[in-house]
Amino acid sequence: MNALPAAALPQPRKVRRNLRELAERPLMILALVGVAMAAIFAITPLSGMVGWALCTYVGFVVADAFDIYRTDGPVVAKDRIATVLVATAGLCTVVPLVLIVVYVVSKGLGGITRSFFTETLESVGPADPATVGGAKHAIIGTVEQVGLATLLATPLGLMTAVHLTQSRGRLARVTRVLVDAMSGIPSIVAGLFIYTMWIVRFHEGFSGLAAAMALSVLMLPTVARTAEEVIKLVPNGLRESSLALGAPEWKTTTRIILPAARSGLVTATVLGVSRIAGETAPLLMTAFGSDAVNTNPWHGPQSALPLFAFQRVRNAIPTQIARGWAGALVLIVLVLALFTLARAAAARGRKVLR
Amino acid sequence: MTDIPMADVRIDTAVLSTGPKISTSGGGSLRADGVTAWFGKHCIIAGVDMDMPAGSVTSIIGPSGCGKSTFLRTLNRMHELVPSAAMAGEVRLDGVDIYGAGSRPALMRLRIGMVFQKPNPFPTMSIGENVLSGLKLAGIPCRDKAEMTERCLNKAGLWAEVKDRLGAPAGALSGGQQQRLCIARSLAVSPRVLLMDEPCSALDPSSTKRIEETIREISSQVTVVIVTHNMQQAARVSDYTAFFLADKGEPGRIVEFGPTGEIFNAPNDPRTEDYIHGRFG
Repeated sequence: MNALPAAALPQPRKVRRNLRELAERPLMILALVGVAMAAIFAITPLSGMVGWALCTYVGFVVADAFDIYRTDGPVVAKDRIATVLVATAGLCTVVPLVLIVVYVVSKGLGGITRSFFTETLESVGPADPATVGGAKHAIIGTVEQVGLATLLATPLGLMTAVHLTQSRGRLARVTRVLVDAMSGIPSIVAGLFIYTMWIVRFHEGFSGLAAAMALSVLMLPTVARTAEEVIKLVPNGLRESSLALGAPEWKTTTRIILPAARSGLVTATVLGVSRIAGETAPLLMTAFGSDAVNTNPWHGPQSALPLFAFQRVRNAIPTQIARGWAGALVLIVLVLALFTLARAAAARGRKVLR
Repeated sequence: MTDIPMADVRIDTAVLSTGPKISTSGGGSLRADGVTAWFGKHCIIAGVDMDMPAGSVTSIIGPSGCGKSTFLRTLNRMHELVPSAAMAGEVRLDGVDIYGAGSRPALMRLRIGMVFQKPNPFPTMSIGENVLSGLKLAGIPCRDKAEMTERCLNKAGLWAEVKDRLGAPAGALSGGQQQRLCIARSLAVSPRVLLMDEPCSALDPSSTKRIEETIREISSQVTVVIVTHNMQQAARVSDYTAFFLADKGEPGRIVEFGPTGEIFNAPNDPRTEDYIHGRFG
């Protein structure tokens, strides 16, 4: 209530971060790394760039820890080693991701023109420049197939998760094992399954729907298991207090537990979508691919961005390969946009309450 | 498994909405008869007999692990929610066994409410929505929502503090306010009995005082059973006190039960006296 005038408040003290200390001891560490590297090269058969990088890293970790040990003792040194290793692990995850994105952008950016979004490959010959023709048909196909698959798999996945978390009994355990097994299905098998069951047996042709069904087979376990973990995080107290108010279980689940897990459930769906958006194999025998626009997902072959990229890159012609990269880039941007949108939607829902 | 047919709820709500309101109902009488409870093969409490008269406050005291909370949870069928839980004996609300054939757990919990140790308002709802959530969840129609909200929050001693921000999220309240909100939420469905499982153990002294005042105020309208580790609290708020004790490896049993004044001033059992004076436990 009676806050001090701003001028009288002290400045917040800066807490020193562990890694920043590094800058204060460069000479000592450099010297030690040099010695350590020479030693490692001398006694092991390592050589070349990789060997050099590996040795430098090991030398750095050891020298740094020794330097800290000298001044601060073993406990601080151990803490330092753990800090360095964890930071390394983090870098190892981020670096490949950044490299992939940078590579796809650098390769694909050249193919991104206006026509890429407005034209198809219907009347494009092999010798045409990359500025002619586009992937409009593939973008439409991907949006329709992924959208349909999401509509199919999300309700099923969420209901499976509710079943796994809210019901006891043997069936839930059996279901969990089956869902786990399902998440191990190779994507090509999902495609073959729909091909034999739907396209061959029921004499349905290739279609966006068939592709969506194959994709939903892959999406279901991801959604179900992620949603299960998220629902498990809802405090049991909420469930109990709802039941103690005389609420039936189905209302407790739909009105209390699922809303409390809302943002996590959105994440589960998004994870499922990103799981399937880049799948190529299941589309080969279900959507089949096409060079023309087919807006009808119920009938006829459709293209999709992963399929488009796959088919273009298999070509020997540079312009075609450039189109493939552009397709991959558009796919990445599409998934990223979806991810951001879903996150924003979940965050907005949370901001209203809490 | 406790999914009740809608018709059942309707009949019940018809009775509730036209029947006596909290202000006129005097609470229900609750009677435990030989209550024994297990988790798996482990017996937690054995042969507990206890009479909780209508409109009274009964406190249950005893050392940790003596089965107080388990006993409380058998009184409104929350015990059976834990997998592997089992119970024997009878619990009678106004003479009717709540475990009887055809008795619906959800309907029993509607009449015998519960407030938990940790305040747990529904995080996705506002303060006002939390108060009315029980009515909504149990499918009870409510004609004047504003009046109901005010009445319940008043009873729980929270109205003055939140009346200007009923739309604010419930999670923004302090712990003591959250617990009083949970009490208001429980009162909104007009229970006959309110069970409280250490409702003040996570709260500061002033919030505790507010809740004790609340308990005294509502006790004329609803029978209260409270589990507490705080013996002064038991002495302050309750009309009757039960002392539970579990010997090592044995299930918990009731050692002594009687009017609070007697238990605290002239206990019959030496173990009760030792516990009350802090000589063990």
